[in-house]
Amino acid sequence: MTKLDKNDRLIRISLLVVAFSAVSVLAVITIFIFEQGTPIMFKYGLRSFLLGSDWYPSEKSFGLLPMIVGSLMVTFGALIIGVPLGLASAIFLTEFSHRRLTRFLKPVIELLAGIPSVVYGFIGLMFLVPFIRENFGGPGLSVLAASIILGVMILPTVISIAIDSIRAVPDSYREGSIALGATKWQTVRMVVLPAARSGIVAGIILGMGRAIGETMAVIMVAGNAADIPGSILQPVRTLTSNIALEMGYASGEHREALFATGVILFVVIMILNTIANLTSARQKKR
Amino acid sequence: MLVRPKTEQKIVQALLYFFTSIAVLVLLFILVVILKNGLPQLSLEFLTKNPADMGREGGILSTIVATIFLTFIALLVATPLGVGTAIYLTEYTVENRVTRIIRFGAECLAGIPSIIFGLFGFILFVNKLKLGWSILSGGLTLAFMVLPTIIRTSEEAIKSVPQTYRLVSFSLGSTRWQAITRVVLPSAVPGIVTGIILSIGRSIGETAAVIFTAGSALRMPSSLFSSSRTMAVHFYILAKEGVSMPKAYGTAAVLVIAILIINLVTYYLMERYIQRKS
Amino acid sequence: MKEAAIQVRNFSHYYGNNRSLKDLNFDVYRHEILGIIGPARSGKSTFLACLNRLNDLIPGSRVEGQILVDGQDIYRPDVDVVALRRKIGMVFATPVPLPLSVYENVVYGVRLLGKNNVKEVDFLVEDSLEKAGLWDEVKGRLQTSALKLSGGQQQRLCIARILALKPEYILLDEPTSGLDPISTMKIEDSLRTLKKDYTIILVTNNTKQAARIADRTAFFLMGELVEINETPIIFTRPADKRTEDYLVGKFG
Repeated sequence: MTKLDKNDRLIRISLLVVAFSAVSVLAVITIFIFEQGTPIMFKYGLRSFLLGSDWYPSEKSFGLLPMIVGSLMVTFGALIIGVPLGLASAIFLTEFSHRRLTRFLKPVIELLAGIPSVVYGFIGLMFLVPFIRENFGGPGLSVLAASIILGVMILPTVISIAIDSIRAVPDSYREGSIALGATKWQTVRMVVLPAARSGIVAGIILGMGRAIGETMAVIMVAGNAADIPGSILQPVRTLTSNIALEMGYASGEHREALFATGVILFVVIMILNTIANLTSARQKKR
Repeated sequence: MLVRPKTEQKIVQALLYFFTSIAVLVLLFILVVILKNGLPQLSLEFLTKNPADMGREGGILSTIVATIFLTFIALLVATPLGVGTAIYLTEYTVENRVTRIIRFGAECLAGIPSIIFGLFGFILFVNKLKLGWSILSGGLTLAFMVLPTIIRTSEEAIKSVPQTYRLVSFSLGSTRWQAITRVVLPSAVPGIVTGIILSIGRSIGETAAVIFTAGSALRMPSSLFSSSRTMAVHFYILAKEGVSMPKAYGTAAVLVIAILIINLVTYYLMERYIQRKS
Repeated sequence: MKEAAIQVRNFSHYYGNNRSLKDLNFDVYRHEILGIIGPARSGKSTFLACLNRLNDLIPGSRVEGQILVDGQDIYRPDVDVVALRRKIGMVFATPVPLPLSVYENVVYGVRLLGKNNVKEVDFLVEDSLEKAGLWDEVKGRLQTSALKLSGGQQQRLCIARILALKPEYILLDEPTSGLDPISTMKIEDSLRTLKKDYTIILVTNNTKQAARIADRTAFFLMGELVEINETPIIFTRPADKRTEDYLVGKFG
């Protein structure tokens, strides 16, 4: 092997090491979170941890149920708001609007995706919360507020991915349908959307992942009471807020419990991510 | 549906238009409100003075400095790692199990929420490595948050360099590494830079991961090991604790404008890059 | 002049299980222009890529037999492939100027060797461009981007690029297939001059080109060498009926 070959080999190996940095970090994160979080889950009892509804750290009571319910409610709410709006916008922008309008709006929407979540939370706090309080009752800081804010936050994601998926459907499909006498909307409904389905679903799952993982904006508008909300006008706390709110001053078992919250959150999101990756791989194969 | 197709279409079109308008208007509303209330706050003083009285008075200079340091460190670490990974994936291997694992790792990393990164950074950098709450801890944590983006954009950029360039380089007697550094990377630079700029935008707005690693001390960072508050964290505290709404708006405006400029720059870079290719 | 510079002995090449070159046996004489003709997918380009071992970069590529260049088997494990590629330069079908200036394109290979003496390099550039027949047209704009040259100029630039490395052999793979007749003529003229100092192998789809400038011509068909002889003989009294059919146009 010549010297140049030896050098090339060396470079290849160094790059392999570098390439594994992403994977190693992922592994380290997983190990750390689990290492810090799982002992207490089993010490306390997995059942009472996941299903207990009393979260009083000072009294060593670590029931996560309110937060689990909270995360689910808020995410679900975000999807109810974000998906129809996002999908409708995507369909409109790809199939029914002037090209110039879309060409202008799509980058604008993507621009808005870059706005930090704290800003969304702030606007929610300043405008949405008082609005809910005055018109619907309750403290304003509520499931409803969090759902709406999160729904708006995931809009750019859902719209962007949906637009790309719809655009990826070959024009020949559309032409074939029109040639058979269908209207544009019928074509969209019966041909384009089913063809774009896996991509759109992947986008929705991505949005869902974002909603579940969102922390700061939720803290600002959700009220953060660690109880299962009786209605959407009542305050709520999510798994993410739980960690962020108490991490600053928690110690000992309390801190471990927060890590355990992280474990639960982590597991849920990994599952969602894997599903999303598999679904979009299916779309690509098509 | 017993409605005639053409009528159905008209109704649907109107509904779609309506929904789209709501979506767009809401998003624009946010932008407008921030700018409307925040722009008046933006004076030279605001940008060049440090916060005083817990942020009720003064400006946001120390936070701007902290943000810049943090972002710089994050990209200093993430860029070589990300570009290196991209080079490995495209130039040195064919698709096999190893590359799939690497890609899977990067994709998963991309989906992890910032609070988990905050926890991770807290355990590893602040505690285990004893870096304490510091710009360094925050920067390193952010580095891994943006790593997937850098990998993805670099890979795309490198892949789009025509294969013939490499062949020519080889036929003129170069090794693979020489071909990469002399021909492929220079051609891929615009795409890579785009990824870097996007990551800058993301780092600037990040809060959850930063607050648990860089802390929230309201003072000018004196070294990499000082704890210091970034713009985003400062904004969050001002807003949540109700310290000062006008100052909060001002900080938000700076954040939003910075991000808008960054996104616009990225957008135009991409346009020029695409133009150059054709 | 009849010295065998390259000797191909029982040489076969495989892409995976697919045999693309079948048991080739022939010589290439020093300072000749050998034309290789044949229909598409007959292995002409594959053969060239075997000569400078560019095929090594394709996964699944495998060879049997020997190719001796100046008496040395180029597939021996201890061969310096990188040096081989400088000795055997290749010009591709589509001109591929690197996204650099004209000057930097010509010296790309030279720089890899670490030669940086400005005077030497400048001289090398002028010399190579002259030999490629391009100097007069670019001498005033060496620093402009090579991408701005016309197709014919770019191809001559590619030739100059390998000349700068002082190769002994020049391989050309359908070098004028996309070019206008005038550029084609200019390149063919350069080749005629160049053969005094180099050994040239020219793959071409255009049989008339081979008739114009090749000293000998080889006819490849489906990975096999059908026949090889002096050009006039191949074109007027081919020994094999397949050659005749191809030349006449019965297939192609």
